[in-house]
Amino acid sequence: MQNELKPYIYTMSEQEQHRKYWRMNLRYLAILLTVWFMVSYGCGILFVDELDKIPLGGFKLGFWFAQQGAIYVFIVLIFVYMWLMNRLDKRFNVEEE
Amino acid sequence: MDIQVWTYILVGITFALYIGIAIWSRAASTKEFYVAGGGVSPLANGMATAADWMSAASFISMAGIISFMGRDGSVYLLGWTGGYVLLALLLAPYLRKFGKFTVPDFVGDRYYSKTARIVAILCALFVSFTYVAGQMRGVGIVFSRFLEVEIEIGVLIGMAIVFFYAVLGGMKGITYTQVAQYCVLIFAFMVPAIFISMMMTGNPIPQLGFGSDLVNEPGVSLLDKLDGLSEALGFNAYTSGSKSTIDVFFITAALMVGTAGLPHVIVRFFTVPKVRDARKSAFYALLFIAILYTTAPAIAAFARTNLIQSISEKPYAEVPAWFTKWEETGLIAYEDKNQDGIIQYVADPATNELTIDRDIMVLANPEIAQLPNWVIALVAAGGLAAALSTAAGLLLVISTAVSHDLLKKTLRPDISEKKELLAARIAAGCAVVIAGYFGINPPDYVAAVVAFAFGFAAATFFPAIIMGIFSKRMNKEGAISGMIVGLLFTAAYIIYFKFINKEANTPENWWFGISPEGIGTLGMLLNFLVALVVSRFTKPPPQPIKDMISDIRIPKKLK
Repeated sequence: MQNELKPYIYTMSEQEQHRKYWRMNLRYLAILLTVWFMVSYGCGILFVDELDKIPLGGFKLGFWFAQQGAIYVFIVLIFVYMWLMNRLDKRFNVEEE
Repeated sequence: MDIQVWTYILVGITFALYIGIAIWSRAASTKEFYVAGGGVSPLANGMATAADWMSAASFISMAGIISFMGRDGSVYLLGWTGGYVLLALLLAPYLRKFGKFTVPDFVGDRYYSKTARIVAILCALFVSFTYVAGQMRGVGIVFSRFLEVEIEIGVLIGMAIVFFYAVLGGMKGITYTQVAQYCVLIFAFMVPAIFISMMMTGNPIPQLGFGSDLVNEPGVSLLDKLDGLSEALGFNAYTSGSKSTIDVFFITAALMVGTAGLPHVIVRFFTVPKVRDARKSAFYALLFIAILYTTAPAIAAFARTNLIQSISEKPYAEVPAWFTKWEETGLIAYEDKNQDGIIQYVADPATNELTIDRDIMVLANPEIAQLPNWVIALVAAGGLAAALSTAAGLLLVISTAVSHDLLKKTLRPDISEKKELLAARIAAGCAVVIAGYFGINPPDYVAAVVAFAFGFAAATFFPAIIMGIFSKRMNKEGAISGMIVGLLFTAAYIIYFKFINKEANTPENWWFGISPEGIGTLGMLLNFLVALVVSRFTKPPPQPIKDMISDIRIPKKLK
């Protein structure tokens, strides 16, 4: 991906660059929020009864997602977003001084 | 030493610490008062956000509620943590870049309208006052049980402390006190949880112990045991739900979106220096919050099991000391309906003899598990830290809404910085007094109004801010009509079912089976819909506003 982007950056006008930056941001958001929805509303609410048939140690899987698992995934999601965006800021040279 | 002496010592030490920090971090300018000078490190801000967010409700009530609701209690766990994902991804970085002081600032500037600003001020005031009343009540409960003073005196002491550091230190004082309060509250929450987890399952990590086998019944997992105990008494199995799926879905969504729209949480992200720091501190905040939120369901299951095992079918004459103590506060009540002197605790209201206020579970849990006295006292100090830190954050939003949004930005733009700071302090002082009044005379509908506050934030602020960032086409006509429709719809539904026609508040009468607690989600959807439609038929926002949106989307300062 890095190689695909690099050449553009120096040829694009600043405005175009910012537009591209924003579009990448939106793409990250779409992916991360899909995961967010799947673990909380999906595993913890909509499909909880089906998942409960699967044991996870002393837990039922659906119950575990609803009271533990989804929260762990939330933390990971914010971390991944932070990491992706810091990288994107650098790549598009839009970091705050 | 007995519990009371320990409580005086621990509460005394923590209060002295908070006052010390307040004196050290006095605010000298309005910027320090409103956003701590914008120079708080992401780690400190993460802790402060966690303490700001985790209120008496999280510390004292939540595990108790889950304990009685079983799996349905997940709505709080998911709702109050999942909202941080929305906050971190959709709001915090852009609002930090916007770089003013308050949420009404953003709404007023982005929608280039005084009306929008005033609607936002009213929403911020309503949400914050509702919350603060609940915190003061939490302070009262802790004081009356552990220090055995009147609730009124407890509330007055709490008021005096908050008054001292919120009025003196503003956001700067509050931030550093909240860091200390986070440490106190998380320590106080974890210590008994680890003790109890060790005792019951042999595993020191409550998050794992909660899914392990019992020490005294090898081969039987805690949750299976609890399911069995619950069903034997006629309750639902602990790990199965009784609410409808659609209702759980809507309540969770209302709490999540409401969380992301709460002004006292959003404003914390104005205190860090950079956009990058806003992202990082959202991560820290959820990490610190999750320590408590993943432990709470474990405590809920431990407490429920312990409670049933220690009092069900036991003779009333032989109840443990904690039972009698809590009976004195009126939060546990026993009525011997069949006159056999034995406590029948069952699901059927006709034969059940025991009523337990859900709020006492966390506070009583260490006593039920017979932990050392210092642990019990520690829980009291932790509950106070949770209540005071949130109360302070809310009071700041109230004072800022009055001095900055209403006075400086709307009524008297020419006011000097010194006068504005004075006004902020006076407003904070008045807010403390009003909050104290509600703490001493709690309106009996506090719980109902809190649900209202979340639905309200979800149906008004959240869509207005999201569209303000993500849509360049959204204009003031769209945003204002969206907020008003969202607000009126949500308010009408809640007021009807909670106040006007309480008897009708049953799933058969709810629209699509959505309870008043979850209706904010529908209000939010309506807000989005109305705003989008109205904005298509009215003028697009002026060019400077479009430029401003381009600017907040990029971390770097544009020329």
